[in-house]
Amino acid sequence: MSQPNRLASGGLIDRTRPLAFTFDGRTYSGHPGDTLASALLANGVTLVGRSFKYHRPRGVLTAGSEEPNALVELRTGARREPNVKATVAELYAGLEASSQNRFPSLAFDLLAVNQLASPVFVAGFYYKTFMWPAKLWEKLYEPLIRRAAGLGRAAEAADPDPYEKTTAHCDVLVIGGGPAGLAAALAAGRTGARVILADEDFALGGRLIAERRELGGQSAARWADEAEAELANLPEVTVLRRTSVLGAYDGGVYGAVERVSDHLREPAPHQPRQRFWRIVAKRAVLAAGALERPIAFGGNDTPGVMFAGAVRAYLNRYGVAPGRRAVVYANNDDAARTVADLNAAGCELVAVVDARGDSPALHAAARTAGALLVFGGAVARAYGGQSVKGCEIVDARGGSFNVACDLVAVSGGWNPTIHLTTHLGGRPQWRDDLAAFAPGGTPPGMTVVGAAAGAFGLGEALAAGAQAGAEAANDCGFSGGTFDPPRADDDSGETRGLGPWRVPAKRGKAFVDFQNDVTVKDVELAAREGFRSVEHLKRYTTLGMATDQGKTANVLGLALMAEITGRSIPATGLTLTRPPFTPVALGALGGAHRAKEFKPTRLPPSHFWAEEQGAVFVETGLWMRAAYFPRAGETDWLETTIREVETVRTKVGVYDASTLGKIDVQGADAGAFLDHVYINTFSTMPIGKARYGLMLREDGIAMDDGTVARLGETHYYVTTSTAHAASVMRHLEYCRQWLFPHLDVHLSSITDQWAKYAIAGPRSRDVVAALADDGFDVSDAGLPYLGVKELTVCGGTRARLFRLSFSGEMAFELAVPARYGDALIRAIMAAGEPFGICPYGAEALSVMRIEKGHAAAAELNGQTTAADLGLGGMMSKKKDCIGKVLSQREGLADPARPRLVGFKPVDRSQRLRGGAHFVPRGAAVTAANDEGYMTSVAYSPSNGCWVGLGFLARGQERIGEIVRAVDPVRDGDVEVEVVAPVFVDPEGVRVRG
Amino acid sequence: MRIPCPYCGVRGLDEFAYLGDATLIRPDPAAPGAEAAFHDYVYLRDNPAGLHRELWQHASGCQSWLVVTRDTRTHAIGRVEVARDVAAARGSGAE
Repeated sequence: MSQPNRLASGGLIDRTRPLAFTFDGRTYSGHPGDTLASALLANGVTLVGRSFKYHRPRGVLTAGSEEPNALVELRTGARREPNVKATVAELYAGLEASSQNRFPSLAFDLLAVNQLASPVFVAGFYYKTFMWPAKLWEKLYEPLIRRAAGLGRAAEAADPDPYEKTTAHCDVLVIGGGPAGLAAALAAGRTGARVILADEDFALGGRLIAERRELGGQSAARWADEAEAELANLPEVTVLRRTSVLGAYDGGVYGAVERVSDHLREPAPHQPRQRFWRIVAKRAVLAAGALERPIAFGGNDTPGVMFAGAVRAYLNRYGVAPGRRAVVYANNDDAARTVADLNAAGCELVAVVDARGDSPALHAAARTAGALLVFGGAVARAYGGQSVKGCEIVDARGGSFNVACDLVAVSGGWNPTIHLTTHLGGRPQWRDDLAAFAPGGTPPGMTVVGAAAGAFGLGEALAAGAQAGAEAANDCGFSGGTFDPPRADDDSGETRGLGPWRVPAKRGKAFVDFQNDVTVKDVELAAREGFRSVEHLKRYTTLGMATDQGKTANVLGLALMAEITGRSIPATGLTLTRPPFTPVALGALGGAHRAKEFKPTRLPPSHFWAEEQGAVFVETGLWMRAAYFPRAGETDWLETTIREVETVRTKVGVYDASTLGKIDVQGADAGAFLDHVYINTFSTMPIGKARYGLMLREDGIAMDDGTVARLGETHYYVTTSTAHAASVMRHLEYCRQWLFPHLDVHLSSITDQWAKYAIAGPRSRDVVAALADDGFDVSDAGLPYLGVKELTVCGGTRARLFRLSFSGEMAFELAVPARYGDALIRAIMAAGEPFGICPYGAEALSVMRIEKGHAAAAELNGQTTAADLGLGGMMSKKKDCIGKVLSQREGLADPARPRLVGFKPVDRSQRLRGGAHFVPRGAAVTAANDEGYMTSVAYSPSNGCWVGLGFLARGQERIGEIVRAVDPVRDGDVEVEVVAPVFVDPEGVRVRG
Repeated sequence: MRIPCPYCGVRGLDEFAYLGDATLIRPDPAAPGAEAAFHDYVYLRDNPAGLHRELWQHASGCQSWLVVTRDTRTHAIGRVEVARDVAAARGSGAE
């Protein structure tokens, strides 16, 4: 397990500890401090993947999160993750990685023949090649393309790891822990301001730890260490390493993902894999650095072609020589450091190619390294297939020659990392002095410093960072504490990368977007075919549309289009980026909100008792409601439901109605307020009475229904449907605060404060009598139908008793404070036992309300009016209410509208289906003949057949008629008889008496 | 987005529920042409690019309805007023 390319010394790795890992099944060794990429390079592995479209051999291009090439599958089984950048994957003992997008093996990939077919795969190939016949798309073309072009395989099992979300508030958020960011954090932190410093890397320092630089007389890496140590000791400073700030949002909100456990084989107990941070910052300092950009030349994607800055990172930070015989090709002075560092590491410098004329910095570095210097020249082509074996160099006079090498270090200049400045619409500005885009507008409160602002010098980055950090803290009211940045060993090198952007390629593809396999030819083709707008270029060629969002590609692509079309770069356009800056696992965005924890679960007071009874539950909104209570020997829900319905209709049953929304309405104007929101009148209702109420939306459509009880002169109690409890409460508060602010009324949601049980059936009075404390009169005279009384039950427990019925039987609703709910259901069952009581669930409730023709959610469906529901007569003529005016407009008042009626199958043995549409007998089943639809159906034990409710045009005039209920989705076509929408006790005798 | 609730302080967007234009005033149902006035009130909305006075409720907080002035281009939040005070001041709904 030797590491042939590991340098003898240097690097921020722990050489005393070997870490074994596997790549494509072979075992290698690295050290703590390595990334997967640095460890692979140390082991001489340069071929790490195959490209998206052409299956080209690919190696490591960068040393950071912008990596477009070295994408691997990390881990196995349920934790397998595709498209992990080897350049950021932190090495751990036992890491398992494999290359992706190759078949059968990385070195021998059959689909590399795609390259031969590359004329087919040029820009727009989807649109051109597979135009006809269209029907083959789904079965042939798309699966074929998807197999050939791809980026790894997602895990097929559910993600076993937990995630969490958290919110943090700070005065100053510093994004990036390089020189500018560290200076900003120190300057702000020393004032006592609350500072969060976030860096996506696992080590702070940014370029400080990738370079051989000096700061204040010591190594820059050492200085970064000391800065980190000081920040750790400042009590108001939080340092988040392994944390990518992904997006900037309104109001100083930033999203970030902390990779808590991705550097471990699996998360430690009780630790999340990743943590999503929502950071609320008064001020932000963006110190995100810069990203190097490529030059387009033939074979510039060959493994062994690497960014010049990345070469330095591997040499200096990881102690790895990415190659032993190097060619450096650059259009700026920054690459002189690469020449010097390679030379210092003992690598041979074969040639230094300066795309510009002669420049002192590169010239001097090349001379020191003993390299052949070619100025005004180019690397025309790198060759070697699976790893670079040499390159063809063109000199200023056009002569070309080949040199052997195993590394080509390329620098096409640097792009400030300005992504976060554009998330709220800031438009980058092209700066000729930088030959790059610099921040234009920034999100409010953000200052950009260092290389991200186009200040590439180390000294200026430190100074700007320190100043921005101090100013941001001052803005938040903090002062005192000073930070003088150390002296930097700056030179005055030319960092801007002027052209050429490309080298006319004689042979070989010149890549612009490595991840999406977009070449110079594709850009040229797009220009020829008229896709010259940068937005068209992007969509036609897919340039910049891979998971790296074109971090290394966009500016080059834009520059090429500008060159081809003879325009300037700013005139050609720019593309803004959106969050996230780097790809983010959906699990991190979801946090703990998944599966059962996606939403909270609400349990009514009888829940645990119902569980003891073996109830089967159904989710209604957030609530768990008992659907039915099966008994031994019952084989299905229908059998149980029929038994429960029959028990209620002949004896007595109990149902937990606590989930209904309950609102306490109090105040001198409580009655007047309710008159405004309900179609009927409550201000004149006597104390001790309750009544059904219907409220409309302002557009005249029914909104919700429930009961309103008057408990006192200024005190009402309102119920809503279970599903709409929250929205009705919001609506009532809107009416109270905004529409009718002069009314003296207050509202309180008391849904959770009261447990309420419906006790229904001919023997319900006996059960209530057994529960009520002595002296309470449960007779019809004492509490008539629709009466309400306060009382005590079970020996002094405060309660409210409502004589209301949803089932159509004599019934009472008994409410007690919620904490007594469990005790009360047990007491009700005990009291009811002599009378044959059984609990019933939502299924039986639904059957009984359909049998009684009571409208529910299926009827109050957002399309129906009071008149449609047969409740038009409830609308008070004496007063206005919400929705009244528009309910009377022509379309809604049309008597031909579908009205609520009941239905029975003509053949009583046939089943009805909700959702069926009504057409006249003998008429064709067409939309023109559609006369309405079935909303609710149930098997009615009382009728011995299926019954239904639905809306039929002029239904109330068509009782006795026979129509067809057609259900094309389920091949249903049943003749039904139109009946009045009440199937049990039509005179309403049972609820009284 | 963050909204300063006059009662609860600056809170995150997810605590608030949005309704819409706060400059609409519920018409007088007894006035002539009420139906047309209600039609406009319910269905017609301007879609301004710029400052917009709109109704929000601090639904996961104090339940207050608020009149929030928001720049629709930038989501910058300007003035935040208690809706009930605004409504009472203009005599909305007074009968």
